[in-house]
Amino acid sequence: MLEHYLFLSAALFTLGVVGVMIRRNLIVVLMCLEMMLNAVNLSFIAFARQLGSVEGQIIVLFTMVVAACEVAVGLAIAVAVFRTRGTINVNDVNLLKW
Amino acid sequence: MEKVLFYILGAITLVSAFLVVLLRRPIQNVLFMILMMVGLAGLFILLHAEFVAMVQLVVYAGAIMVLFLFVIMLLNLDQLKMPPPEGSHVRWWAGAVIAFAVMGMIWLAFKTYLAPPAASVEQAGVSNTVVVGKALFTTYLLPFEIASVLLLAAIVGSVLLARSKS
Repeated sequence: MLEHYLFLSAALFTLGVVGVMIRRNLIVVLMCLEMMLNAVNLSFIAFARQLGSVEGQIIVLFTMVVAACEVAVGLAIAVAVFRTRGTINVNDVNLLKW
Repeated sequence: MEKVLFYILGAITLVSAFLVVLLRRPIQNVLFMILMMVGLAGLFILLHAEFVAMVQLVVYAGAIMVLFLFVIMLLNLDQLKMPPPEGSHVRWWAGAVIAFAVMGMIWLAFKTYLAPPAASVEQAGVSNTVVVGKALFTTYLLPFEIASVLLLAAIVGSVLLARSKS
């Protein structure tokens, strides 16, 4: 059964990567980042089940804390960018791009 | 029974993840993201991680996604004119190629591991929450406290960032 969970996790992570690559809306990009974090959480839990240890679940809790911080700061940045630029299309926000 | 449930929940999760990437209105993206989180919580319950599943429902599907909804409503994104279909064909093809590459790499990495069908020891009569709580407040007490400092820093940082300049 572990392989099935790992396959699902890999597919979710891949979808997240593709979303970050092809979507240009800053908020949707943040959501795809969340999707990747969730995919990794799923594989942590699957391994924790397989190995009969609780550490995987603890790590997932800490990942959730970090994800919550990341979303709060990321959305604040999105609001600030929208205030100054009037758009959250990441193609138009290229001040730091080489 | 477990397999059937896994396939149902996995299908829900995957399809809504697809829709998150493909649909163009941010509101629809958020709603399908919530569906994906709920599917994942179901999978966590299947894996006997009930506490994490509930935290997933409360924190992710509840708090974080509502925060996304708030920001989308606040910025009134749907009222802005929808851009023409995002991206060129080149970008979509590049996305597909990258998808296959990433998927292959992750799968290879997992394949090297997939060995021991270990003895998953379930202590009878002890609930998952008790086990997680004990580990969290004894072995992992220091990281737990550091996490609270991190949350505080995030609160202060996001308030500072989103504050209006006037």
